[in-house]
Order: sequence, then structure tokens, then C-alpha cells
Amino acid sequence: MNSTNMLLAAPELWVMVMACVILIVDLYLGEERRGIIHMLAILTLVFAAIITLRADYAADGVREAFAFNGSYIRDTMGDVLKLFSFLILAIVYTYAKFCLRQFRMFRADFYTLSLFALLGVMLLISANSLVMIYLGLELISLSSYALVAFDRDSRLGSEAAIKYFVLGSMASGMLLYGMSMIYGATGTMDLGQVAQAVRSVGSDDPLLVFGLVFLVVGLAFKLGVVPFHMWIPDVYQGAPVVTTLFISSVPKMAAFAMAIRLLQTGLVDMQADWSQMLSILAVLSIILGNVAAIAQTNIKRMLAYSTISHMGFVLMGLLPGTAMGYGAGMFYVIVYSLMSAAGFGMVILLSARGVEAEKLDDFKGLNQRNSWYAAIMAMVMFSMAGVPVFVGFFAKWMVIKAALDAGLMWLAIIAVIFSVVGAFYYLRVVKLMYFDEPLTEAEIDAPVDFRAAISLNGIMMIGLGIFSSSLIAVCMASFGA
Amino acid sequence: MPIYEIVFYAFSLVMLAGAVGVITVRNPVYAALCLVLTFFSASAIWMLLEAEFLAIILIVVYVGAVMVLFLFVVMMLDINVAPLKEGFIRYLPVGILVAALMAAELLVLIWSKGRFEAGAYPLPAPNPEEYSNTKAVGEWLFTNYLLAFEVAGVILLVAIIAAVALTLRHRAGGHRQNPSHQVRVERDERVRLVKMKPEPRQGS
Repeated sequence: MNSTNMLLAAPELWVMVMACVILIVDLYLGEERRGIIHMLAILTLVFAAIITLRADYAADGVREAFAFNGSYIRDTMGDVLKLFSFLILAIVYTYAKFCLRQFRMFRADFYTLSLFALLGVMLLISANSLVMIYLGLELISLSSYALVAFDRDSRLGSEAAIKYFVLGSMASGMLLYGMSMIYGATGTMDLGQVAQAVRSVGSDDPLLVFGLVFLVVGLAFKLGVVPFHMWIPDVYQGAPVVTTLFISSVPKMAAFAMAIRLLQTGLVDMQADWSQMLSILAVLSIILGNVAAIAQTNIKRMLAYSTISHMGFVLMGLLPGTAMGYGAGMFYVIVYSLMSAAGFGMVILLSARGVEAEKLDDFKGLNQRNSWYAAIMAMVMFSMAGVPVFVGFFAKWMVIKAALDAGLMWLAIIAVIFSVVGAFYYLRVVKLMYFDEPLTEAEIDAPVDFRAAISLNGIMMIGLGIFSSSLIAVCMASFGA
Repeated sequence: MPIYEIVFYAFSLVMLAGAVGVITVRNPVYAALCLVLTFFSASAIWMLLEAEFLAIILIVVYVGAVMVLFLFVVMMLDINVAPLKEGFIRYLPVGILVAALMAAELLVLIWSKGRFEAGAYPLPAPNPEEYSNTKAVGEWLFTNYLLAFEVAGVILLVAIIAAVALTLRHRAGGHRQNPSHQVRVERDERVRLVKMKPEPRQGS
């Protein structure tokens, strides 16, 4: 464990090098040849996935390996989450190219910043010490702040970026404060050693509990769950839709991994404490997210509130502290990222000539304009609402089952009731698309790679639903369930 | 009272006073100077802990570079302080409530279980004479914390990229020099030879 086994971190090194290469290559490219940047970015993701898949580190049947003196960990959960990050980021790039071209913002900064954010995501997923968790998180956050302000002439965008920056910095401060308390009580930053120290100090040590509260607050800020959710709707609405697409999908998986590393690896003996805190956060998020989304007329804002409720479900998977629950949470967060990417992809598709289609009314009569796109959006909405057969249903089902197995009947009941409430606003979009007259007859056209990506993304909603058992099995196996 | 305690309490008090000053002083320039004072006292306390490297870095980087830059910005921007104070009274009760809660929790922590009682932590043994704090920090940074150190570097790189991406603008009417263009200049672009008829000298 005390070796600097650098080759384990090959995917991270590759992504970092390629982000720098893209940064430099862009200097020599004119406006008309920017497409090369896009190709390079996609290539980076493909090779990152290959490098991740080729890693052979399983020893004695334990798929777990450490590098950099234990501050970096490779395990199945990390690898699966990373592979899905690459897939989703590739989808995001395909959507983004079309959108950035339309909005005349096709600059390489989007690619470099989001690749650095991906590096942060990967490092956070693989973090095994408190320092690495903080640094990975900051790398994601800093890149995201800049991406939110990416449209420099948009007042809403700048406002959203400032809000995001101030609240995000405060959350980082809270997290650091909590970490310093944990460090003070255990005397180590390595998460494995923290767990041992907690066992010997005793999990009822007030200093540990105090630190845990701050850790959970920081975590809740980053996940965006009630009552630390204020920034989500404003940032999602104010940011350019490409950025919203990005920050609502890939970093969520990192936030989930962070919760697992901190709570399951580090503070597993304090499960009784954090389980209570998470259950309050989960219940409030599910209630508020679903109720507030009903009142929205802006689809970006609506999806933002829906994110809040989805994150509540993810927490619900975490809080029983069982392997089944962790696996369910992981499955949920992957599925959510795919759904969110498809949802915002549709918003991009309908945005024409530099005007974002962010009103719900823009979806009116979509079926008459193009029935295939309407079908994709309908599949996404059904999946988010948790209608059976679609993948969102299985995600919700697994999470609720995990809660029931842990004897949290009341939590399961609340979750089910508010999923039904939530179904209202998802189905309203379907109703707008199929039963209302379109406001415009304008043709919807997109390049072929965009159409392929959104079709694939939409088909995943039902395909992953029908063949959900294999992905669920992978998620469960990550936690040995 | 041993001398190190006197030094510790003196600098701690100055540091607290400086920190309070940062958030209460009206003039932003004074606030920045109060922050400098806070940093100085913190670095003195670090010195007391035999962490010379950190103490000097704090002064060189924070006081020398960051705060001076900060002062420049504060002085160059004509900040009107009055609107910043708006809503101060309105949000004061909530702020006080949160602050009081946090303070109460901290006090409970400090008094519980004797963790922070005098003598709970014995004085560490003084380092040998040839011990170099700087060397020790360097060794740890490049062995145990190598990954963290490198990632911190990446974060700084991202900060640079973000700053450039958000502020660099090519204005249409800007007068920018393009050195490579200047070097590649052709004779024809600068000198124009005009053929004209020879004119007879006047007045001869």
C-alpha cells in the first residue's frame, strides 16, 4: 500500500495530458477548423475508457488497489462510475457542439474546462483521503463556475455564476471545517485509517459528531438537496444550456462517489448518526423538489427541481447503510445522469438560432413537428416520472426496496406519494407535446451525430429498463451485495 | 508563565482583533490592512510551532503578493460601501442566531471530555538543531502528498484558463500589434514608388 503505483492512475494522467494538449492545439486552429477540437475531445474519452477497461489490478480476488500512498483508490465502483462519466460526457459533447455552433460560442474553452472538470470527477471518484476529496471537489467546482459564466454577455449567466461561486465556496468551507474536525479527532487523513481510528475513539465522540455534521452539510450543498438547494434552480436557469447539461449530469456521479467514500469508507461506524441526517435531507428534497417543480413554467427550472427530488432518492439509497442500498443509489445516480443528459439534450435540440427553448410552451405540439423527437422526450419524461418498463422505474424501485428492507416504511411511503405528485409535471410535458397545437411550424433540424446521440440516449431510457438487470448486477457487485 | 505562552496569547489576541477588524471596519482599505495584520500574527504563531517554512510562505505569498494585489484592486475600484450594507439589519437576527448556535456548539465541544484541557496534549519534543522544516515539508510534498500537490497545480492551471476565458476579449476596433505580421512586412506595403514626369526647375 505504501508504493507510488502511478500506472494505476493512468486514466487520470491521460485525461490531464489530453486536456493540456487540446489547450495548446486550439491556439493553432482557426474558427473554421474548431471541429478538430471536438474530435480530439471525443478521442480522449474513448481512449480513457479503453485505458480504464484494460487495467488489471485485481489481486487475490479483491478488486481494489491503492496508489500514491493510499490517497488514490481503484475499485469496481470507481471504474463503473468513470466509464459512465466518459459515456455521458461524450453525449454531452455531441449535444454541445451543435448548441455552441448555434449560439456562436464554439470556443475550445468549453472543452478544456469540462475535461478538467472530468479530471476532478475522476479524482474525486478515486479519492481515498480527505485531501484528495477536497481537491477533486475544488477542481470540479472551479471549472463549473467558469462554465456557468461561459456566455460572457449574459447577465443571467454572470449572476448565476456569482451565486454558484459564493455558495459553492461556503460549502467547501463547511466541508473543510468538518474535515479538520475529523482530522483532529482521528489524527489521519487516509479514509481507511479514519475508519480504524473512529472504531478506537468511539463513534460517540462529540468532536467526530460535530465534524460529521459539517461534512454532511458540505455534501448536501454539493448534491443540492433541501435545505441546501437554493443555488440549483438559479444556476440551472441562468447558465447556458450546454453548461446546465454538463453540471447536471457528470458531477452528480462524483458527488455520489464522494458520499460513499466519506460515509461508507471513512465514517461507517457512525452510520446511525449520518443515516438520521440523510433521511431528513432525503425526505425534504423529495417533497420540496416535486412540489416546487409543479409551479415552474421554465423547463430548465423544472428540471432543476426535479434534480433536487432525484438527489433525495439517491440519498434514500445511501441512508440504510446496506450494500443493497449503496448499489441502488449508484444505479439511481447513473440512470439520473443519463436521463438528465437526454432531457437537456432535447432543450438544445429545440433551441434555434441562438434562442434557448427554455419555456415549457416551446414543447407544445412537438408531436406534429417531429414525432420521433416527441417520442424521445416522452420516454425521458416517463422514465423520470418512474413509469414501469422505463429505466427510471427500476431505479426508484431499487431505492425504495432498499429503504423497505432497512425497515424505513415511513420513508418509502413518502417517496411513493411524492413520486406520484411528481408524475404530474412530467406528464404535463407529454400532454403539451401530444395534445396541444404547436406555436411554430419551424423545421427541427440537427446534424447527424446529434440525431444519433439523442436517439441512442432516448432508446437507453427503455432499453436499459428492459435489460436493467445487468447494470443493476454490476452496481450491486461493486458493493459486494 | 513561560515566555512561549506570553507570545502565544499576545499574538492570538492581536490576530483575533485583526480578524474582527476585517469584518467591522467600514473602509475596505483598512479591512485589507487588518487582514494583513491577521496574517502576520498567524505567521508568528506558526513560528512558535517551529513551522518556519509555513510562516515565511504566509508572509511572502499572502501578505507580499495576494494582499498587495488585493489592495491595488480595492484602491482602483471606487467601491461605494453604502449599498453593500443594505439589508444588514434585516439579516442580522438570522446571522446572530446562526453564529450563536455555532459558538455554543464549539464551546460544548471544547468543554466536553477534557479534550482541550491544559495538559491534555503534552508539549512536543523540540526538534534537533540541524532539523530543517523546509526540507521536511518538501519531502512530504513530493512523496506522500505527491498526487495532492500535482492536483493543486492543476487547479491553479484551471484558474488561469478560467480567468482568461472569462475576460479576454478581442475588440473589433482594438489596436493590437501582431509581431509576426510586423516581421513579415514586405517592401511594397511600406514604400510606394511613383513614376512621374521630371519637372523643370523653377526660376532657372
